[in-house]
Amino acid sequence: MALDLVVVGASLGGLAALQALLAGLPDGFAVPIAVAQHRRPDAESRLTALLGRKTSLAVREPDDKEPIEPGTVYVAPADYHLLVEGEGTFALSVDGPVTFARPSIDVLFESAAEAYGQRLAAVLLTASSDDGAAGIAAVAAHGGVTVVEDPETAASPVAGRAAMARTAVAHVLPVGEIGALLGELAKPAAAERRARR
Amino acid sequence: MAAATAAAEDTGPAELEELETELLLAAVARRHGYDFRHYAAASLRRRLRRAMQEEGVPTLSALQDRLLHDPGAIRRFVSTLSVHVTGMFRDPDVYLLLRKKVVPLLRTWPFVRVWHAGCSTGEEVYSLAIVLHEEGLLPRCRIYATDLSDELLDVARRGVYPLRALRGYTAAYHQSGGRADFSSYYTADSANAIVREDLRRHIVFSPHNLVSDGSFNEFHLILCRNVMIYFDKGLRDRVIGLLHDSLAMFGVLALGLRETLRFAPCEGCFEVIDEPRRLYRRVR
Repeated sequence: MALDLVVVGASLGGLAALQALLAGLPDGFAVPIAVAQHRRPDAESRLTALLGRKTSLAVREPDDKEPIEPGTVYVAPADYHLLVEGEGTFALSVDGPVTFARPSIDVLFESAAEAYGQRLAAVLLTASSDDGAAGIAAVAAHGGVTVVEDPETAASPVAGRAAMARTAVAHVLPVGEIGALLGELAKPAAAERRARR
Repeated sequence: MAAATAAAEDTGPAELEELETELLLAAVARRHGYDFRHYAAASLRRRLRRAMQEEGVPTLSALQDRLLHDPGAIRRFVSTLSVHVTGMFRDPDVYLLLRKKVVPLLRTWPFVRVWHAGCSTGEEVYSLAIVLHEEGLLPRCRIYATDLSDELLDVARRGVYPLRALRGYTAAYHQSGGRADFSSYYTADSANAIVREDLRRHIVFSPHNLVSDGSFNEFHLILCRNVMIYFDKGLRDRVIGLLHDSLAMFGVLALGLRETLRFAPCEGCFEVIDEPRRLYRRVR
Protein backbone atom coordinates (compact mmCIF):
# COMPACT_ATOMS: atom_id res chain seq x y z
CA MET A 1 0.00 0.00 0.00
CA ALA A 2 1.36 3.40 -0.97
CA LEU A 3 2.35 5.85 1.73
CA ASP A 4 0.85 9.24 0.89
CA LEU A 5 1.04 11.17 4.16
CA VAL A 6 2.99 11.13 7.43
CA VAL A 7 1.55 12.81 10.52
CA VAL A 8 3.74 13.58 13.52
CA GLY A 9 2.80 14.66 17.04
CA ALA A 10 5.00 16.08 19.78
CA SER A 11 4.52 18.30 22.80
CA LEU A 12 6.42 21.18 24.29
CA GLY A 13 10.08 20.17 24.33
CA GLY A 14 9.60 18.02 21.25
CA LEU A 15 11.63 20.35 19.07
CA ALA A 16 14.82 18.29 19.42
CA ALA A 17 12.93 15.09 18.62
CA LEU A 18 11.35 16.67 15.53
CA GLN A 19 14.74 17.88 14.36
CA ALA A 20 16.22 14.40 14.87
CA LEU A 21 13.34 12.84 12.97
CA LEU A 22 13.75 15.15 9.98
CA ALA A 23 17.53 14.77 10.01
CA GLY A 24 17.10 10.98 9.86
CA LEU A 25 14.96 10.94 6.71
CA PRO A 26 16.71 9.50 3.67
CA ASP A 27 17.63 11.85 0.82
CA GLY A 28 14.82 12.29 -1.65
CA PHE A 29 12.06 11.48 0.86
CA ALA A 30 9.07 13.25 -0.66
CA VAL A 31 5.97 12.05 1.21
CA PRO A 32 4.31 15.13 2.76
CA ILE A 33 4.62 15.41 6.53
CA ALA A 34 2.13 17.20 8.81
CA VAL A 35 3.24 18.08 12.34
CA ALA A 36 1.16 18.94 15.40
CA GLN A 37 3.57 20.28 17.99
CA HIS A 38 2.14 21.70 21.21
CA ARG A 39 3.14 25.34 21.44
CA ARG A 40 2.12 28.51 23.19
CA PRO A 41 -0.89 30.23 21.60
CA ASP A 42 1.12 33.37 20.80
CA ALA A 43 4.17 31.47 19.54
CA GLU A 44 6.00 33.27 16.77
CA SER A 45 6.62 31.16 13.71
CA ARG A 46 10.25 30.45 14.65
CA LEU A 47 9.35 26.77 14.84
CA THR A 48 9.34 26.46 11.05
CA ALA A 49 12.75 28.13 10.82
CA LEU A 50 14.22 25.87 13.50
CA LEU A 51 12.94 22.76 11.72
CA GLY A 52 14.02 24.04 8.32
CA ARG A 53 17.65 23.98 9.44
CA LYS A 54 17.56 20.20 9.76
CA THR A 55 16.07 19.28 6.43
CA SER A 56 16.19 20.16 2.77
CA LEU A 57 12.39 19.79 2.61
CA ALA A 58 10.26 22.93 2.52
CA VAL A 59 8.84 23.70 5.97
CA ARG A 60 5.83 25.93 6.43
CA GLU A 61 2.59 26.60 8.28
CA PRO A 62 -0.29 25.88 5.90
CA ASP A 63 -3.13 28.22 5.13
CA ASP A 64 -6.68 26.96 5.36
CA LYS A 65 -7.66 24.79 2.35
CA GLU A 66 -4.06 24.54 1.17
CA PRO A 67 -3.44 21.47 -1.03
CA ILE A 68 -1.05 18.89 0.46
CA GLU A 69 2.08 18.81 -1.71
CA PRO A 70 4.96 16.31 -1.71
CA GLY A 71 8.36 17.30 -0.41
CA THR A 72 6.90 19.57 2.24
CA VAL A 73 6.71 19.58 6.03
CA TYR A 74 3.58 21.34 7.27
CA VAL A 75 3.49 22.64 10.85
CA ALA A 76 0.18 23.31 12.61
CA PRO A 77 -0.06 27.09 13.25
CA ALA A 78 -0.09 28.23 16.87
CA ASP A 79 -3.59 28.32 18.38
CA TYR A 80 -5.25 26.41 15.52
CA HIS A 81 -6.14 22.76 15.10
CA LEU A 82 -4.76 21.31 11.88
CA LEU A 83 -7.04 18.82 10.12
CA VAL A 84 -6.78 16.80 6.94
CA GLU A 85 -9.69 16.90 4.51
CA GLY A 86 -10.61 14.00 2.25
CA GLU A 87 -9.55 15.56 -1.03
CA GLY A 88 -5.92 16.05 -0.02
CA THR A 89 -6.15 19.51 1.47
CA PHE A 90 -5.63 20.90 4.94
CA ALA A 91 -8.31 22.56 7.03
CA LEU A 92 -7.88 24.63 10.17
CA SER A 93 -10.20 25.11 13.10
CA VAL A 94 -10.44 27.25 16.22
CA ASP A 95 -12.67 24.83 18.08
CA GLY A 96 -11.79 24.56 21.75
CA PRO A 97 -8.67 22.74 22.94
CA VAL A 98 -8.79 18.93 22.77
CA THR A 99 -7.01 17.16 25.64
CA PHE A 100 -6.00 20.69 26.69
CA ALA A 101 -4.18 21.37 23.45
CA ARG A 102 -4.65 23.49 20.34
CA PRO A 103 -3.15 22.31 18.06
CA SER A 104 -4.10 18.86 19.29
CA ILE A 105 -2.28 15.75 18.10
CA ASP A 106 -5.49 13.69 18.32
CA VAL A 107 -7.34 16.09 16.01
CA LEU A 108 -4.63 15.87 13.35
CA PHE A 109 -4.22 12.10 13.62
CA GLU A 110 -7.94 11.27 13.67
CA SER A 111 -8.79 13.46 10.68
CA ALA A 112 -5.80 12.11 8.73
CA ALA A 113 -6.79 8.52 9.57
CA GLU A 114 -10.29 9.13 8.22
CA ALA A 115 -9.01 10.82 5.08
CA TYR A 116 -6.01 8.59 4.23
CA GLY A 117 -6.73 5.20 5.88
CA GLN A 118 -4.00 2.71 4.98
CA ARG A 119 -1.99 5.31 3.06
CA LEU A 120 -1.01 7.01 6.33
CA ALA A 121 1.82 6.64 8.84
CA ALA A 122 1.50 8.34 12.24
CA VAL A 123 4.49 9.06 14.46
CA LEU A 124 4.01 9.99 18.11
CA LEU A 125 7.18 11.55 19.50
CA THR A 126 7.91 12.66 23.04
CA ALA A 127 4.83 14.20 24.63
CA SER A 128 3.87 14.76 28.21
CA SER A 129 0.10 14.30 28.10
CA ASP A 130 -2.40 11.77 26.76
CA ASP A 131 -2.86 13.80 23.58
CA GLY A 132 -1.97 11.52 20.70
CA ALA A 133 -3.03 8.21 22.27
CA ALA A 134 -6.55 8.35 20.85
CA GLY A 135 -5.09 9.52 17.54
CA ILE A 136 -2.76 6.51 17.31
CA ALA A 137 -5.73 4.24 18.05
CA ALA A 138 -7.70 5.84 15.22
CA VAL A 139 -4.81 5.46 12.76
CA ALA A 140 -4.50 1.77 13.65
CA ALA A 141 -8.27 1.25 13.33
CA HIS A 142 -8.16 2.72 9.81
CA GLY A 143 -5.30 0.46 8.78
CA GLY A 144 -2.50 3.05 8.92
CA VAL A 145 1.04 2.45 10.17
CA THR A 146 1.63 3.42 13.82
CA VAL A 147 5.02 4.50 15.14
CA VAL A 148 5.84 5.58 18.69
CA GLU A 149 9.13 6.99 19.94
CA ASP A 150 10.51 4.50 22.44
CA PRO A 151 9.36 5.72 25.90
CA GLU A 152 12.66 4.41 27.33
CA THR A 153 14.64 6.99 25.39
CA ALA A 154 12.02 9.74 24.81
CA ALA A 155 12.30 13.01 26.74
CA SER A 156 8.85 12.27 28.14
CA PRO A 157 7.39 8.75 28.07
CA VAL A 158 3.80 9.75 28.94
CA ALA A 159 2.17 9.90 25.51
CA GLY A 160 4.05 6.89 24.15
CA ARG A 161 3.03 4.74 27.11
CA ALA A 162 -0.57 5.93 26.89
CA ALA A 163 -0.67 5.05 23.18
CA MET A 164 0.92 1.62 23.75
CA ALA A 165 -1.50 0.86 26.58
CA ARG A 166 -4.35 1.45 24.18
CA THR A 167 -3.11 0.15 20.84
CA ALA A 168 -0.79 -2.59 19.62
CA VAL A 169 1.66 -0.08 18.11
CA ALA A 170 3.44 -1.46 15.05
CA HIS A 171 6.84 0.20 15.56
CA VAL A 172 8.45 1.39 18.81
CA LEU A 173 11.81 2.98 17.99
CA PRO A 174 14.37 5.51 19.19
CA VAL A 175 13.79 8.78 17.33
CA GLY A 176 17.05 8.42 15.39
CA GLU A 177 15.72 5.29 13.62
CA ILE A 178 12.27 6.54 12.68
CA GLY A 179 13.43 8.44 9.60
CA ALA A 180 14.92 5.29 8.07
CA LEU A 181 11.69 3.38 8.76
CA LEU A 182 9.65 6.05 7.01
CA GLY A 183 12.04 5.84 4.10
CA GLU A 184 11.39 2.10 3.85
CA LEU A 185 7.63 2.58 4.13
CA ALA A 186 7.74 5.13 1.33
CA LYS A 187 9.53 2.78 -1.06
CA PRO A 188 6.58 0.68 -2.35
CA ALA A 189 4.79 3.91 -3.16
CA ALA A 190 7.80 5.16 -5.10
CA ALA A 191 7.98 1.84 -6.97
CA GLU A 192 4.27 1.96 -7.76
CA ARG A 193 4.56 5.49 -9.11
CA ARG A 194 7.48 4.46 -11.30
CA ALA A 195 5.47 1.49 -12.63
CA ARG A 196 2.54 3.73 -13.53
CA ARG A 197 4.64 6.04 -15.69
CA MET B 1 -12.96 -9.13 -6.21
CA ALA B 2 -12.65 -5.36 -6.30
CA ALA B 3 -16.45 -5.14 -6.53
CA ALA B 4 -16.91 -7.44 -3.53
CA THR B 5 -14.45 -5.35 -1.51
CA ALA B 6 -16.24 -2.18 -2.48
CA ALA B 7 -19.58 -3.68 -1.47
CA ALA B 8 -18.20 -4.78 1.89
CA GLU B 9 -16.82 -1.29 2.44
CA ASP B 10 -20.18 0.22 1.63
CA THR B 11 -21.55 -1.20 4.83
CA GLY B 12 -18.57 -0.11 6.95
CA PRO B 13 -18.93 2.30 9.87
CA ALA B 14 -17.45 5.22 7.92
CA GLU B 15 -19.99 4.86 5.11
CA LEU B 16 -22.80 4.51 7.61
CA GLU B 17 -21.68 7.67 9.38
CA GLU B 18 -21.57 9.46 6.04
CA LEU B 19 -25.12 8.37 5.24
CA GLU B 20 -26.41 9.39 8.67
CA THR B 21 -24.63 12.75 8.38
CA GLU B 22 -26.22 13.42 5.01
CA LEU B 23 -29.71 12.59 6.30
CA LEU B 24 -29.28 14.61 9.49
CA LEU B 25 -28.02 17.72 7.69
CA ALA B 26 -30.86 17.49 5.16
CA ALA B 27 -33.38 17.16 7.99
CA VAL B 28 -31.93 20.16 9.87
CA ALA B 29 -31.93 22.26 6.71
CA ARG B 30 -35.53 21.40 5.83
CA ARG B 31 -36.99 21.54 9.33
CA HIS B 32 -35.05 24.44 10.81
CA GLY B 33 -33.52 26.32 7.86
CA TYR B 34 -29.90 25.96 9.03
CA ASP B 35 -27.85 24.57 6.16
CA PHE B 36 -24.58 22.92 7.21
CA ARG B 37 -24.29 20.78 4.09
CA HIS B 38 -21.38 22.73 2.68
CA TYR B 39 -19.31 22.86 5.83
CA ALA B 40 -15.77 21.40 5.68
CA ALA B 41 -16.06 17.69 6.42
CA ALA B 42 -13.30 17.04 8.97
CA SER B 43 -14.22 19.70 11.53
CA LEU B 44 -17.94 19.16 10.94
CA ARG B 45 -17.48 15.48 11.81
CA ARG B 46 -15.83 16.39 15.12
CA ARG B 47 -18.56 18.89 15.94
CA LEU B 48 -21.32 16.40 15.16
CA ARG B 49 -19.69 13.89 17.49
CA ARG B 50 -19.50 16.55 20.18
CA ALA B 51 -23.20 17.34 19.66
CA MET B 52 -23.97 13.62 20.13
CA GLN B 53 -22.01 13.60 23.39
CA GLU B 54 -23.69 16.74 24.65
CA GLU B 55 -27.12 15.35 23.91
CA GLY B 56 -26.14 11.95 25.30
CA VAL B 57 -27.25 10.05 22.20
CA PRO B 58 -25.40 7.07 20.68
CA THR B 59 -25.87 7.72 16.96
CA LEU B 60 -26.38 10.51 14.45
CA SER B 61 -29.78 9.03 13.68
CA ALA B 62 -30.75 9.42 17.34
CA LEU B 63 -29.45 12.99 17.22
CA GLN B 64 -31.62 13.61 14.17
CA ASP B 65 -34.63 12.28 16.05
CA ARG B 66 -33.87 14.65 18.93
CA LEU B 67 -33.48 17.60 16.55
CA LEU B 68 -36.82 16.92 14.90
CA HIS B 69 -38.84 16.35 18.05
CA ASP B 70 -37.25 18.27 20.94
CA PRO B 71 -37.91 21.98 20.42
CA GLY B 72 -34.94 23.09 22.56
CA ALA B 73 -32.39 20.89 20.82
CA ILE B 74 -31.81 22.94 17.67
CA ARG B 75 -30.59 25.98 19.61
CA ARG B 76 -27.98 23.90 21.37
CA PHE B 77 -27.04 22.13 18.14
CA VAL B 78 -26.48 25.36 16.21
CA SER B 79 -24.34 26.68 19.05
CA THR B 80 -22.19 23.52 19.07
CA LEU B 81 -21.83 23.64 15.30
CA SER B 82 -20.84 27.30 15.13
CA VAL B 83 -18.88 28.16 18.27
CA HIS B 84 -15.29 29.11 17.83
CA VAL B 85 -13.18 29.56 20.89
CA THR B 86 -11.33 32.85 20.82
CA GLY B 87 -10.22 35.64 23.11
CA MET B 88 -9.89 39.39 23.25
CA PHE B 89 -7.18 40.79 20.97
CA ARG B 90 -6.49 37.41 19.38
CA ASP B 91 -3.57 38.19 17.04
CA PRO B 92 -2.62 41.53 18.65
CA ASP B 93 -0.67 42.54 15.52
CA VAL B 94 -3.93 42.66 13.59
CA TYR B 95 -5.43 45.16 16.02
CA LEU B 96 -2.23 47.21 15.92
CA LEU B 97 -2.54 47.39 12.16
CA LEU B 98 -6.25 48.24 12.37
CA ARG B 99 -5.25 51.15 14.60
CA LYS B 100 -2.38 52.36 12.44
CA LYS B 101 -3.55 51.69 8.90
CA VAL B 102 -7.29 51.09 8.88
CA VAL B 103 -8.54 53.71 11.33
CA PRO B 104 -7.06 56.53 9.19
CA LEU B 105 -9.01 55.16 6.21
CA LEU B 106 -12.20 54.94 8.24
CA ARG B 107 -11.84 58.57 9.35
CA THR B 108 -12.51 59.65 5.77
CA TRP B 109 -16.16 58.64 6.13
CA PRO B 110 -18.54 60.80 8.18
CA PHE B 111 -20.25 57.75 9.63
CA VAL B 112 -18.67 54.32 9.82
CA ARG B 113 -20.50 51.02 9.60
CA VAL B 114 -18.62 47.90 10.72
CA TRP B 115 -19.77 44.32 10.25
CA HIS B 116 -18.27 41.64 12.42
CA ALA B 117 -19.52 38.45 10.74
CA GLY B 118 -19.38 35.31 12.86
CA CYS B 119 -18.77 37.06 16.19
CA SER B 120 -19.22 33.90 18.29
CA THR B 121 -19.10 34.84 22.00
CA GLY B 122 -18.11 38.45 21.32
CA GLU B 123 -14.56 38.82 22.65
CA GLU B 124 -13.15 40.07 19.35
CA VAL B 125 -16.04 42.52 18.85
CA TYR B 126 -15.32 44.22 22.16
CA SER B 127 -11.62 44.28 21.29
CA LEU B 128 -12.43 46.23 18.15
CA ALA B 129 -14.77 48.55 20.06
CA ILE B 130 -11.92 49.34 22.47
CA VAL B 131 -9.59 50.18 19.57
CA LEU B 132 -12.19 52.44 17.94
CA HIS B 133 -12.90 54.10 21.30
CA GLU B 134 -9.22 54.81 21.94
CA GLU B 135 -8.86 56.26 18.45
CA GLY B 136 -11.83 58.55 19.10
CA LEU B 137 -13.86 56.98 16.31
CA LEU B 138 -16.41 54.98 18.24
CA PRO B 139 -18.99 57.80 18.66
CA ARG B 140 -19.50 57.86 14.89
CA CYS B 141 -19.35 54.10 14.44
CA ARG B 142 -21.95 51.43 14.51
CA ILE B 143 -20.75 47.85 14.80
CA TYR B 144 -23.11 45.16 13.54
CA ALA B 145 -22.03 41.90 15.15
CA THR B 146 -23.73 38.84 13.74
CA ASP B 147 -23.65 35.12 14.28
CA LEU B 148 -25.64 32.12 13.22
CA SER B 149 -26.31 31.01 16.78
CA ASP B 150 -28.81 32.75 19.06
CA GLU B 151 -27.22 31.09 22.04
CA LEU B 152 -23.76 32.46 21.25
CA LEU B 153 -25.24 35.89 20.49
CA ASP B 154 -26.81 35.94 23.96
CA VAL B 155 -23.37 35.40 25.49
CA ALA B 156 -21.86 38.10 23.27
CA ARG B 157 -24.64 40.58 23.97
CA ARG B 158 -24.37 40.12 27.73
CA GLY B 159 -20.66 40.97 27.62
CA VAL B 160 -19.98 39.07 30.81
CA TYR B 161 -16.81 36.98 30.97
CA PRO B 162 -14.90 35.19 33.71
CA LEU B 163 -12.64 37.72 35.40
CA ARG B 164 -9.64 35.42 35.12
CA ALA B 165 -10.06 35.15 31.36
CA LEU B 166 -10.33 38.93 30.98
CA ARG B 167 -7.20 39.55 33.05
CA GLY B 168 -5.44 37.07 30.78
CA TYR B 169 -6.04 39.38 27.80
CA THR B 170 -4.15 42.32 29.34
CA ALA B 171 -0.83 41.47 27.65
CA ALA B 172 -2.49 41.05 24.24
CA TYR B 173 -4.27 44.39 24.73
CA HIS B 174 -0.97 46.17 25.28
CA GLN B 175 0.66 44.37 22.32
CA SER B 176 -2.21 45.64 20.19
CA GLY B 177 -1.15 49.19 20.94
CA GLY B 178 -3.46 49.78 23.90
CA ARG B 179 -2.09 52.34 26.30
CA ALA B 180 -4.84 52.58 28.91
CA ASP B 181 -5.37 50.48 32.02
CA PHE B 182 -7.14 47.45 30.50
CA SER B 183 -9.13 46.84 33.67
CA SER B 184 -10.83 50.22 33.15
CA TYR B 185 -12.87 48.60 30.35
CA TYR B 186 -14.78 46.25 32.61
CA THR B 187 -16.49 46.18 35.95
CA ALA B 188 -15.75 43.10 38.02
CA ASP B 189 -17.19 41.26 40.96
CA SER B 190 -15.30 38.34 42.48
CA ALA B 191 -15.70 35.90 39.59
CA ASN B 192 -17.05 37.74 36.55
CA ALA B 193 -16.68 41.03 34.78
CA ILE B 194 -18.96 42.96 32.45
CA VAL B 195 -17.73 45.06 29.55
CA ARG B 196 -18.30 48.79 30.03
CA GLU B 197 -21.70 50.01 28.87
CA ASP B 198 -20.42 52.87 26.69
CA LEU B 199 -18.56 50.30 24.57
CA ARG B 200 -21.56 48.02 24.26
CA ARG B 201 -23.85 50.91 23.27
CA HIS B 202 -22.33 51.13 19.78
CA ILE B 203 -22.73 47.43 18.99
CA VAL B 204 -25.86 45.84 17.54
CA PHE B 205 -25.94 42.06 17.94
CA SER B 206 -28.22 40.17 15.59
CA PRO B 207 -28.59 36.76 13.96
CA HIS B 208 -27.31 36.38 10.42
CA ASN B 209 -26.55 33.23 8.46
CA LEU B 210 -23.76 33.64 5.91
CA VAL B 211 -24.98 30.52 4.12
CA SER B 212 -28.55 31.62 3.48
CA ASP B 213 -28.91 35.34 4.27
CA GLY B 214 -27.88 38.09 1.89
CA SER B 215 -26.17 41.39 2.33
CA PHE B 216 -28.01 43.77 4.70
CA ASN B 217 -26.11 47.04 4.45
CA GLU B 218 -23.03 48.67 3.00
CA PHE B 219 -20.04 48.57 5.30
CA HIS B 220 -16.71 50.35 5.56
CA LEU B 221 -15.02 47.58 7.52
CA ILE B 222 -15.91 43.89 7.60
CA LEU B 223 -14.23 41.40 9.92
CA CYS B 224 -14.86 37.76 9.14
CA ARG B 225 -12.09 35.97 10.97
CA ASN B 226 -11.82 32.20 11.22
CA VAL B 227 -15.38 31.68 10.04
CA MET B 228 -14.85 30.51 6.46
CA ILE B 229 -12.30 27.91 7.61
CA TYR B 230 -15.38 25.86 8.52
CA PHE B 231 -16.82 26.05 5.00
CA ASP B 232 -15.96 23.95 1.98
CA LYS B 233 -14.30 25.71 -0.92
CA GLY B 234 -17.48 26.35 -2.90
CA LEU B 235 -19.27 27.91 0.05
CA ARG B 236 -16.17 29.89 1.02
CA ASP B 237 -15.99 31.38 -2.47
CA ARG B 238 -19.69 32.29 -2.38
CA VAL B 239 -19.37 33.97 1.02
CA ILE B 240 -16.35 35.99 -0.13
CA GLY B 241 -18.64 37.23 -2.90
CA LEU B 242 -21.24 38.21 -0.31
CA LEU B 243 -18.67 40.09 1.75
CA HIS B 244 -17.41 41.86 -1.36
CA ASP B 245 -20.94 42.94 -2.25
CA SER B 246 -21.42 44.23 1.30
CA LEU B 247 -18.33 46.46 1.25
CA ALA B 248 -18.33 50.09 0.23
CA MET B 249 -15.76 50.95 -2.44
CA PHE B 250 -12.38 51.17 -0.61
CA GLY B 251 -13.91 49.39 2.38
CA VAL B 252 -11.63 47.04 4.32
CA LEU B 253 -11.90 43.28 4.80
CA ALA B 254 -10.12 41.48 7.66
CA LEU B 255 -9.77 37.70 7.53
CA GLY B 256 -8.20 35.20 9.93
CA LEU B 257 -4.41 34.91 9.79
CA ARG B 258 -4.55 31.59 7.93
CA GLU B 259 -7.23 32.56 5.43
CA THR B 260 -6.38 34.15 2.15
CA LEU B 261 -8.00 35.73 -0.87
CA ARG B 262 -5.34 34.15 -3.07
CA PHE B 263 -7.08 31.87 -5.60
CA ALA B 264 -10.54 33.15 -4.59
CA PRO B 265 -12.77 34.29 -7.45
CA CYS B 266 -12.91 37.93 -6.23
CA GLU B 267 -9.17 38.16 -5.75
CA GLY B 268 -8.87 40.89 -8.37
CA CYS B 269 -11.50 43.04 -6.65
CA PHE B 270 -9.26 43.55 -3.64
CA GLU B 271 -5.97 45.27 -2.99
CA VAL B 272 -3.67 43.93 -0.29
CA ILE B 273 -3.18 46.25 2.68
CA ASP B 274 -1.12 43.68 4.57
CA GLU B 275 -0.84 40.06 3.41
CA PRO B 276 0.62 38.52 6.61
CA ARG B 277 -2.19 40.11 8.67
CA ARG B 278 -4.74 39.33 5.95
CA LEU B 279 -6.11 42.84 5.54
CA TYR B 280 -7.59 43.74 2.17
CA ARG B 281 -9.33 46.71 0.61
CA ARG B 282 -12.06 46.63 -2.01
CA VAL B 283 -10.93 48.40 -5.18
CA ARG B 284 -13.57 47.28 -7.67
